[in-house]
Amino acid sequence: MARVLLHMKKTAAPGEIVEVKLLISHPMESGQRKDETGQMVKRNIIHSFRCTYNGAEVLRLDLHPAIAANPYLAFSLRAEKSGTVEMRWVDDEGAEGSASAPLEVG
Amino acid sequence: MTQGPTFARRAFVLCGAALVAMPRPARATPEEVAAVIKEVTGGAELKPGRVKLDIPVMVENGNAVGLTAGVEAAEPRCTDLYLFAERNPLPRALHASFGPAAGRTELATRMRLATSQTVVAVARLEDGTFWTDGVDLIVTLAACLE
Repeated sequence: MARVLLHMKKTAAPGEIVEVKLLISHPMESGQRKDETGQMVKRNIIHSFRCTYNGAEVLRLDLHPAIAANPYLAFSLRAEKSGTVEMRWVDDEGAEGSASAPLEVG
Repeated sequence: MTQGPTFARRAFVLCGAALVAMPRPARATPEEVAAVIKEVTGGAELKPGRVKLDIPVMVENGNAVGLTAGVEAAEPRCTDLYLFAERNPLPRALHASFGPAAGRTELATRMRLATSQTVVAVARLEDGTFWTDGVDLIVTLAACLE
């Protein structure tokens, strides 16, 4: 899938709240729009998103066409021990995307 | 979603031209929105408070409206957060469930807004109660994609 920007600090103290900011390049075609020939443009949005930290769930999202193109998501997790933050998402065409970053806690 | 025949016959205009000749977009009715929200709460009482929605009240461009929504208090913990745009053709915007590794039960994203309307956040707390916050906002340039 397309370009992804992930911003997250690399190190954190135990118990610290760590911000995760993610920008995914995706048209988020709403399915409400017509092309120049008057045909409805087929909906293609990222509809599911999940973020885990060392396997534990941080956030799960169901997204709808009201989310803007090139979705920006900012949320936070609680640092416990060193590990990996992983994000996965899928769009209507079945294309999957992912991003991950290591987090060092100590 | 329902669409007037006039709208169906018109060719869709590009965003630039839409400023002058925006066809009236299909919109959800208040009954539909109420039904969608009721689906989420399962008919439980929806009280104002606890959840906070931060979104500008004057929106220049409805294609990407930045917002932050969530529950600040850690106890009782927020398990689910929903966003609705009452006058978008599809009022549902987002459903977030916060897992055990979540930090603050807050989320920021960008929404499409078809017109001036009320954006509603609904939060479910772990004690099973539902709370809501709504912001009336004015959209100058509507999201053409909607």
